[in-house]
Amino acid sequence: MTNLADKILEITGEDVYLCYFCGKCGAGCPMADKMDHLPYQVIHMVQLNDMNALNAKSIWICATCFTCSVRCPRNLDVARIMEGLRTIKVRAQQQTIDLRKVEDLEKLPPIALVAAGRKYT
Amino acid sequence: MERIGVFVCHCGRNIAGAVNVKEVVDKIRKHPLVVHAEEYKYMCSSVGQNIIREAIKKHGLTGIVVAACSPSMHLETFRTAAVSAGLNPYKVEMANIREQNSWVHDDVNEATKKALGIMWSAVNKVAGDQPLEKVRSSVKKKCLVIGGGIAGIQAALDVANNGFEVILVEKSPTIGGRMAQLSETFPTLDCAQCILTPKMAEVARNPNIKIYTLSEVIEVSGSIGNFKVKIRKNPRYVDIGACNMCGECEKVCPQIVLDKDYNRSLTVRKAIYIPFPQAIPAAYVIDASHCHGVGTARCNECAKVCEQKAINLFDKEEIIEEDVGAIIVATGYDLYPKEKIGEYGYGRLEDVIDSLQFERLISSTGPTGGELRRPSDGKIPKRIAFIQCVGSRDLQHLPYCSRICCMYTAKHAFLYKHLVPDGEAYIFYIDIRAAGKKYEEFIMRVQQEGRVKYIRGRVSKIVQKGDQLIVHAVDTITGKPMTLPFDMVVLATGIVPNTKEIANVLRIPLDENGFLQELHPKLAPVESPIKGIFLAGVAQGPKDIQDSVAQASAAAKKAVEILSKDYIEREPLIARVNKEPCSRCGVCVQLCPYHAIEMTPEGAKIIDAACEGCGTCAAACPSGAIILTNNEPKQIISMIDALLVQAPSVLPTASSSTNKE
Repeated sequence: MTNLADKILEITGEDVYLCYFCGKCGAGCPMADKMDHLPYQVIHMVQLNDMNALNAKSIWICATCFTCSVRCPRNLDVARIMEGLRTIKVRAQQQTIDLRKVEDLEKLPPIALVAAGRKYT
Repeated sequence: MERIGVFVCHCGRNIAGAVNVKEVVDKIRKHPLVVHAEEYKYMCSSVGQNIIREAIKKHGLTGIVVAACSPSMHLETFRTAAVSAGLNPYKVEMANIREQNSWVHDDVNEATKKALGIMWSAVNKVAGDQPLEKVRSSVKKKCLVIGGGIAGIQAALDVANNGFEVILVEKSPTIGGRMAQLSETFPTLDCAQCILTPKMAEVARNPNIKIYTLSEVIEVSGSIGNFKVKIRKNPRYVDIGACNMCGECEKVCPQIVLDKDYNRSLTVRKAIYIPFPQAIPAAYVIDASHCHGVGTARCNECAKVCEQKAINLFDKEEIIEEDVGAIIVATGYDLYPKEKIGEYGYGRLEDVIDSLQFERLISSTGPTGGELRRPSDGKIPKRIAFIQCVGSRDLQHLPYCSRICCMYTAKHAFLYKHLVPDGEAYIFYIDIRAAGKKYEEFIMRVQQEGRVKYIRGRVSKIVQKGDQLIVHAVDTITGKPMTLPFDMVVLATGIVPNTKEIANVLRIPLDENGFLQELHPKLAPVESPIKGIFLAGVAQGPKDIQDSVAQASAAAKKAVEILSKDYIEREPLIARVNKEPCSRCGVCVQLCPYHAIEMTPEGAKIIDAACEGCGTCAAACPSGAIILTNNEPKQIISMIDALLVQAPSVLPTASSSTNKE
């Protein structure tokens, strides 16, 4: 695969080199407590072409609420970058779920369901 | 018959690397008017200049072309050399075969061909040039300084101390500007008032300086050495000379008004007030928008008690006209409004304040007398957060770094620890930019002596919870999100220039962020693109007091350079009107960026002193009635001819040997 940053640029149109790691994305993220790497840390890994970015749990925990995207002072659409990373994984067919096989579907919060549907299918 | 000499510069390898210099010298000799052509490694060197001087004398040249770099580099050099050999300076042309040719091409054949074309057209132009003399005009020995902050004050003092009159125009009722609002100044922690007020007093007693407060410049015409300025002086309703500051008027005034300006809405004042005790001019002022008596004397309480009879409720605005030789613009800045930043409370959270409000709160002349008490309930904040880069370095707000916030935030935290020794101070930052003399040392002192906690991470949001403010941040060094409670939050909001109106009046350009555009970012940082207008302070770009003062002195020096001259020499390369074909359509009057054309019953008339020779009018005139001296239509046609026909006929395309596909 080409450089991870270029791949993200190709898929999402977002240039991760704009990030200056101010941390505002991580500070406002409602899922930050559950993440193994905060969004700016994931972006840093992408800048350094560290393939571990693709294995970060954070990219699946992201709820795509866009708080980070709205507040980013460098106008990066952070949620879109997360989506880009998930897309790379999904295209490699490493992660998919069949919503029909999910147990306790009715107990899941709707937003989680929608987010999961967008990410894993 | 013209006798033209052509001098081709190698500029080391800069030109010779891409142009076959020998060949162009050889071929330009074929031009019917060229009687001499030669080459040299560096024409601008004294040896090169000597070659030109000798050739002018030896061959009796009537005009020369130097084929070298851009005329903005060395035209004056070669003009001076030509003059010393007895040639008129306006019979010197440069053919730019470096910036416009050798630097941008690598195909030697094509670049050589193009060089010859450029040179041939310059020869045609110089043949049609008229020998001219520079125009002289008188200089008004007076300087206008717009803005009475520290930059304007310094500039006014410097010009005045050089023996020239100064008109200092200030919009508010007092000079002093932003600096008068500050508590102490970094990195030395001098009290701002203590170092500013002596300068203000010096302005007041300097016989060369005339202060117009509550005044705005509304119209400027003319040009360097001879600007005509109109100033609107708004009514003060108090006679500055008569007021003795006894304060009786203030006591009886029934109107209580929020003090939005000096104390940034943290306290109230009366409708008749002084901005602060050391204000200059030292006199009360009536806030007309809140006074009941202005224009009607319905209330009149203040006038009744004024023993000096200083109050005139029927005071009127005045329009003052002044003639000046130079102008210095120092209109300063405002803070970026915190109301624009939603995640930090849109300015609605009472205890989230901006940096200037904090300055007022800790200032001994402030609304709390120097005791730090938060606005909502007057409680002394035991936990305080300072947030840097608010609005600054943020593409959604201000893309630039405001430069002063890192330093004043460190100062704020340090002063906080002095006022509340058992309090805890946090600073949220993304970089600490302390690039100035003794600045990094100051940051170190704040960290060490102040025990201030620096958290590297931008705050995401602030919410109110009970009587506390909850700050959501992340410590990017540990990677841990943090949610911390504070009693008060201070936003280091970025700075935005106060330039829009004055730029329109002066017709000087602004950069993409609204700061006044300097002529050159490195080599002419205090000059505006319009001659005779100079820039100082934050209006030109974010800077601290030190740099503002330095720039103000530099601008003053530039102004003095003009004022101390007996006359201004102006380029004679200006527009001329041929009255016969002029149809009086007025297109030129509208388009002239320098307001240098007026319409008369006989046709358009150029104001020579104001014309900059840009050529806009000549290009736009539908009847060809306006001609730019030494850029006559026939000269331009002959130059096009040279490029398209004459030069190629001597050096045909012949690019068979090139490696182009």
